[in-house]
Amino acid sequence: MSELIKVGMADYKTGYNPNSLISYGLGSCVGIALYDAVTKIGGLAHIMLPDSTQARSTENPAKFADTALPLMLNEMIKMGAIKARVTAKIAGGSQMFTFANATDVMRIGERNAQAVRMLLKKMDIRILADDTGGNYGRTVELKIDTGIYRVRTIAQGEKEL
Amino acid sequence: MSEEILNLSLMQLDALKEIGNVGAGNSATALSQLINRKIDMTVPQIAIMPLGDVPDVVGGPDAMVAGVFLRVYGPAPSSILFLLPRDSAFALVDMLMGREQGTTTSLNSMDESALMEIGNILAGAYLNALSHFTKLTLLPSIPSLAMDMAGAILSVILIQLGEMGDHALVIETEFTTENDGVKGHFFLIPDPGSLSTILAAIGVKE
Repeated sequence: MSELIKVGMADYKTGYNPNSLISYGLGSCVGIALYDAVTKIGGLAHIMLPDSTQARSTENPAKFADTALPLMLNEMIKMGAIKARVTAKIAGGSQMFTFANATDVMRIGERNAQAVRMLLKKMDIRILADDTGGNYGRTVELKIDTGIYRVRTIAQGEKEL
Repeated sequence: MSEEILNLSLMQLDALKEIGNVGAGNSATALSQLINRKIDMTVPQIAIMPLGDVPDVVGGPDAMVAGVFLRVYGPAPSSILFLLPRDSAFALVDMLMGREQGTTTSLNSMDESALMEIGNILAGAYLNALSHFTKLTLLPSIPSLAMDMAGAILSVILIQLGEMGDHALVIETEFTTENDGVKGHFFLIPDPGSLSTILAAIGVKE
């Protein structure tokens, strides 16, 4: 029986084949799926902010891209994944509300997506698919049996990355 | 714990609840006059909850909602979010536009303007009360509307809070119209630092 494992906001989860990892209603947050296609081990992180070094509260490392990703990757390696084989697919980072004079606060989605890309590059993890930006919410699901990253939206339909 | 909101005293929480009560009362009156219907309002709930739990207040992160978002400018910058379940948003538009209930099933640009105007009026009424209490001049930005998943819409304010801590102070009121079952949730989320400005202004600093 395959299980659907829920990943909340500012959280990450890992899993084995044939389970799936799902996170509902991402807006400016970014959903990062890491996957080892050989051992079929996957991880999904729902990060809220790019950088823990610039925040005042860092009690929950799963909230930040720079602390969540290394932790999740380590967990996957402990489960049997090989780092050199791990690839990434990312989605989210939208700007839900538009204002004429958008401040930095409002552009957080864009900043999140950019930080995630740079971080993955630094970690030497290849990005296979990137569905970020726009002004709409996304529900993301990583199918661990195939590595397919399914992105569901309300107005823009559904796609498989 | 370094988080400011986890150290609030009972008296401070009571003061915030009272502000929420008067603010929401003003808003409910304004809404009632606008749609010419009686509005029931719950006593504001004040809750300190983990950020990830906030979307559950409005039906879960994938619930379809309409959200009107405004920024609050002045000495205590904040965000205001008025959230309605999709069906409630449609019903409210029917009332505003004088259509028979059940007519609206998607929003045209006129309907969107109407919903934004509702957000504007509610926020204005709420901020009037807050300004009166605190003697701080608080002005709302123009509203912005989105119709999408609750989690996605709430992420805008939750991320701001996430920079400060892992919990949200949610002052939340539910509005319900008498017969038509329109429900709305009104959130006021002070920016980091603004909460202490508000508390100092009403004299409950400690």
